[in-house]
Amino acid sequence: MPEVTLVEAINLALARAMEDDPDVVVLGEDVGANGGVFRATAGLQKRFGAERVLDTPLAELLISGLCVGMAAQGLKPVGEIQFMGFIYPCLDQLVNHASRLRNRTQGRLTCPMVLRTPHGAGIRAPEHHSESTEAMLAHIPGLRVVMPSSPERAYGLLLAAIRDPDPVVFLEPTRLYRAAKGEVEDNGEALPLDAAFVLREGRDLTLISWGAMLKETVAAAKALSAEGIAAEVIDLATLKPYDEDTVLGSVAKTGRCVIVHEAARTGGFGAEIAATIAERRLSSLLAPVTRVTGYDTVVPMARLEQYYMPSVERIMTAARKVCQFS
Amino acid sequence: MASRRVNQDLPVIARFEVRHRNYLAPDGSIQRPLPSFASDSKLLIELYRSMVLLRLFDRKAVALQRTGRLGTYAVSLGQEAVSVGIASAMREEDVLLPSYRDNGALLWRGVKLEEILLFWGGDERGNQFSGPVHDFPFCVPVGSQAPHAAGVAYALKLRKEPRVAVCLFGDGATSKGDVYEAMNFAGVHKLPLVFVVANNQWAISVPLRLQTACETLAQKAIAAGFLGEQVDGSDVVAMRAAAEEAVAAARDGNGPRFIEAVTYRLGDHTTSDDAARYRPAEEVQVHWKEEPIARLRTYLVAQKMWSKADEERLAAECHERVEAAAERYLATVPRRPETIFDHLFADLPEAYAAQRRELAGEHDA
Repeated sequence: MPEVTLVEAINLALARAMEDDPDVVVLGEDVGANGGVFRATAGLQKRFGAERVLDTPLAELLISGLCVGMAAQGLKPVGEIQFMGFIYPCLDQLVNHASRLRNRTQGRLTCPMVLRTPHGAGIRAPEHHSESTEAMLAHIPGLRVVMPSSPERAYGLLLAAIRDPDPVVFLEPTRLYRAAKGEVEDNGEALPLDAAFVLREGRDLTLISWGAMLKETVAAAKALSAEGIAAEVIDLATLKPYDEDTVLGSVAKTGRCVIVHEAARTGGFGAEIAATIAERRLSSLLAPVTRVTGYDTVVPMARLEQYYMPSVERIMTAARKVCQFS
Repeated sequence: MASRRVNQDLPVIARFEVRHRNYLAPDGSIQRPLPSFASDSKLLIELYRSMVLLRLFDRKAVALQRTGRLGTYAVSLGQEAVSVGIASAMREEDVLLPSYRDNGALLWRGVKLEEILLFWGGDERGNQFSGPVHDFPFCVPVGSQAPHAAGVAYALKLRKEPRVAVCLFGDGATSKGDVYEAMNFAGVHKLPLVFVVANNQWAISVPLRLQTACETLAQKAIAAGFLGEQVDGSDVVAMRAAAEEAVAAARDGNGPRFIEAVTYRLGDHTTSDDAARYRPAEEVQVHWKEEPIARLRTYLVAQKMWSKADEERLAAECHERVEAAAERYLATVPRRPETIFDHLFADLPEAYAAQRRELAGEHDA
């Protein structure tokens, strides 16, 4: 099997979806001749034509609104927002329309669209290019929020998102676009949405994360194992709706849990998971559920961003503390 | 008005113009030769009947609201010709994207009176209506349906279907980026899309002069690269004629059009509003002399197409239809509470099954 990067896996999934289904269209800024600022759409316009791979005017609200209109007409639009920092003009469309078109028409009109955007810091990008505001999106009823953390899951989950009959926001870990490599067979097989992936099994501690932070989380788990701590690592993958069974099952086994996310702490998605564990598995807990997150600050620009993001060391410190809690 | 002093030494590189369309004057007299459809008395009478039905329906809806049997409601009083005129030029397979004041268009396209009441009565099933299955429901966040219209029109063009999207909104919406972004995109791709702004002079309490410094709203199309026309929106013949031209042009692949229907909101913004707080009664009185129903009736009567007996018959018929619809609406049993989960997704994710059971009064083991 060929080894590809995460962004190449995205490209393979887009091409496969377009090949399989003439209703799939790709739209966004610079997605055509340029192939996208991260090359996620490279070669697609040449292969599928400018009508199905269209460069939109520079207007993010428009991109999301076009997706709603196209989807209601039976197309399967895949919109690209260049960076998560530019997704906010789309919120009106996501909250008021994409997520509720099916409900407000009682199933008469539906919205099978995907809005893709790079997520997170760590590539020394300019200001406004490093946000991770997934919790804001996960708060919207009727919307799915998905974030892969490997080429294999990027391929399988994006195919699933495109084939899903409802709207999905697909957040791609910018920092892993080229850093993550893995074997991907372009066989058109989707992975399940709404399901978490257990990346590593362990009996002492549950580590939960998503997107790019899985890199540090897995590294921490490996280092912890040298200290005799067997950490289970869960890639949440779909944040909304997230796989409670896998999370609660793991916590029931280990009794200890650390949640790792790059986004700011307050109101972050870690809080949702911690609350669920407290509500449903309190008696299994041997230590307080602990969060390792970005700080409640504006994401710093390049010179200081490394201090904002959870490090392997911060995760290990939290893990040791949780394991030492009697 | 901003200063228009220009440097005469610089060459003119482009000129633009905006035309105004009107056939029937407020007194029902003819301003210029009527379009050919106006010789079809059946069509004119159908337009008239639809406007009258809409006005009586609005009156009933307000009565229901005032007696606690309907939620907030937006009347079309004074601007009935806009939505009725536009819809009358559309085909069944065309796609309507209405704002919340476009009942006239929905009714023309086959939505039932009781379905409209159901929506304003707080039941989503009102949007699961008997009109064309592809039509959009009322859009409440102002102007946010314009990008959908562009997406719909793009899909129609991509599939080479001879269908047109028609997007209706009010003057306030022209201040929103949503509308301009959609118009801009429609211009670039020459989409089969007709934008119609019902310029009723007031966005709740904000008058047009605080909305824009432009002489017309039609000229906003110029910046998007296509034709904008101003129409007397209280003249249903003009509305129908402008819509017919624009829809035909869009269907024939000539790209989008923009219609500014100049009209007047004789009523409050909604039943939750009291326009007397911000609008002088004298202004409203002046505009009562221009309203579309009396205008067309005067013409029809003068042409011997309509009589007092016809009018009485129509009033009785409309009354009966509206009352029967209100009864059907009031008799509609509310959905069971747990059905709020049923159209959230195609299949309810397992994660929400317990919440649904809770609302249904079922207890988890």
